[in-house]
Amino acid sequence: MKHLIEIENLTFEYTREEDAVSVKALDGVSLSIEKGSFTAILGRNGSGKSTLAKNINGLLLPTEGTVRVGGFSTSDEDHIWEVRQTAGMVFQNPDNQLVASIVEDDVAFGPENLGIPPREIREKVDEALKAVNMYDHRKKAPHLLSGGQKQRVAIAGVLAMRPECIILDEPTAMLDPQGRKEILSTICRLNREEGITILLITHFMEEALPADRVIVMDQGKIAMDGTPKDVFSQQETLLEMGMELPFAVEMALRLRNKGITIPREIIEENELVTYLCQYE
Amino acid sequence: MLKDITLGQYYPGDSWIHRLDARVKIIATILYIVSLFIVKDFIGFGLVVIFLALVIGISKVPLSFILRGLKPIFIIILFTFVINMLMTKGTILWQWGIIRITEEGLYNAVFMGLRLVFLIIGSSLLTFTTKPMSLTDGIEKILSPLRKIGVPAHELAMMMSIALRFIPTLMEEADKIMKAQKARGADFETGNIFRRAKALVPLLVPLFIGAFRIAQDLAMAMEARCYRGGAHRTRMNAMVLQKKDAAASVLMAAFLFLLIIQSQLL
Repeated sequence: MKHLIEIENLTFEYTREEDAVSVKALDGVSLSIEKGSFTAILGRNGSGKSTLAKNINGLLLPTEGTVRVGGFSTSDEDHIWEVRQTAGMVFQNPDNQLVASIVEDDVAFGPENLGIPPREIREKVDEALKAVNMYDHRKKAPHLLSGGQKQRVAIAGVLAMRPECIILDEPTAMLDPQGRKEILSTICRLNREEGITILLITHFMEEALPADRVIVMDQGKIAMDGTPKDVFSQQETLLEMGMELPFAVEMALRLRNKGITIPREIIEENELVTYLCQYE
Repeated sequence: MLKDITLGQYYPGDSWIHRLDARVKIIATILYIVSLFIVKDFIGFGLVVIFLALVIGISKVPLSFILRGLKPIFIIILFTFVINMLMTKGTILWQWGIIRITEEGLYNAVFMGLRLVFLIIGSSLLTFTTKPMSLTDGIEKILSPLRKIGVPAHELAMMMSIALRFIPTLMEEADKIMKAQKARGADFETGNIFRRAKALVPLLVPLFIGAFRIAQDLAMAMEARCYRGGAHRTRMNAMVLQKKDAAASVLMAAFLFLLIIQSQLL
């Protein structure tokens, strides 16, 4: 099967403003993303995870190497709009990415840019708003919504363009716990029910648990790549890179230090609870 | 204090006025403003009040909501009122030193004050009943014939709609900065006007930097959503003039006609 996103040997350099030194934000990254998968990309600040996202959407272009989305190279100017339609992007700040003063007009912004006939736009907008559970708020002004609701509108705005893949660049970083939960469950549902490929960039370890695949970035390179179980069972490596551990993993680690044997495959809270309840 | 500003804000609703074509409403508002300058006496204003009351009644926008929009410009109204009252020559009603109030002055002051109030109420009705997006769409459509002579109609409309959209966002930002500065002992409320103006500098500088950051984020988000100028764009709500728009135009014309007759003949 052909991969939806194919990144080959991607290097991205930029000149740092303070001292005019050229810095490699990404250094020889190769990566393929399968259609319909849910991938979480983790990393500390400055690990290059956001730069990677912007390269996939063609907002940044590779210094070296290639990025292909749905068969089109992002460097190919004639097809940049296909690339951006295929891989829609949701950003961190919910306020700074909504264009219109009414929810449904904002969701319509993307399809309008694509030149779709009005009647079809209306259908797509309604469908997208229903998919993120915001249909009842369609006539409201964005600034009257909560952070989680605004971010769901932003997701609807991307959905209305019928993308195959949605890249979310730290979508929950500015939200309260309630908003984070809303966004995460929306993402999971879109992946499972609508078959949309998800690329979730985050620094909350917990959010990577429902993913099929976890990629850890460190200093512009891919440091780890595997299922959540593969990645989170290597606690030492994660801690060395200065990352936090998911709650259950951290808990298990501390209990293990107290002499309680807990297998390393346990990474989720309910698994830990079940295990501890049966512990003798 | 910052939350009070309602000028340029949409009041969600589904009234007859709300559903009128934005182009009709924009042109009607311009005509209405012109009509305020045709009015010569208080009988004329009486007609204006009846017309306004009718429009407000149909629009179902609460009067308190509309009057709140007057608050920020209250100072300007007061200023106009006082200047007119004191600077007009004529029959002296009351004098104290060099300050004198004349009969004509009082008349002018009330007249000008009312004109301003009606101007604000009428034009804010446009923004209360028209979604900012349709408003800018309307302006874009009205200006589009001028594109041939190089008027960037789409870009202007886009700029305006974004400016409107980000008023509340910037307002929140300003509020946040103000609180942060107050927490560090900044004083925005006491002192004479110069001191207070100076106190605003630590508010304005971060606000402007914030605005640039927002602009950068927004530009990136728009580009990610395939925005590439007005050329290939379609609209979800295509503008089509309907029967009610014709009815509104007739109503507006009738009002204007009535006012002209009243001011010329009576």
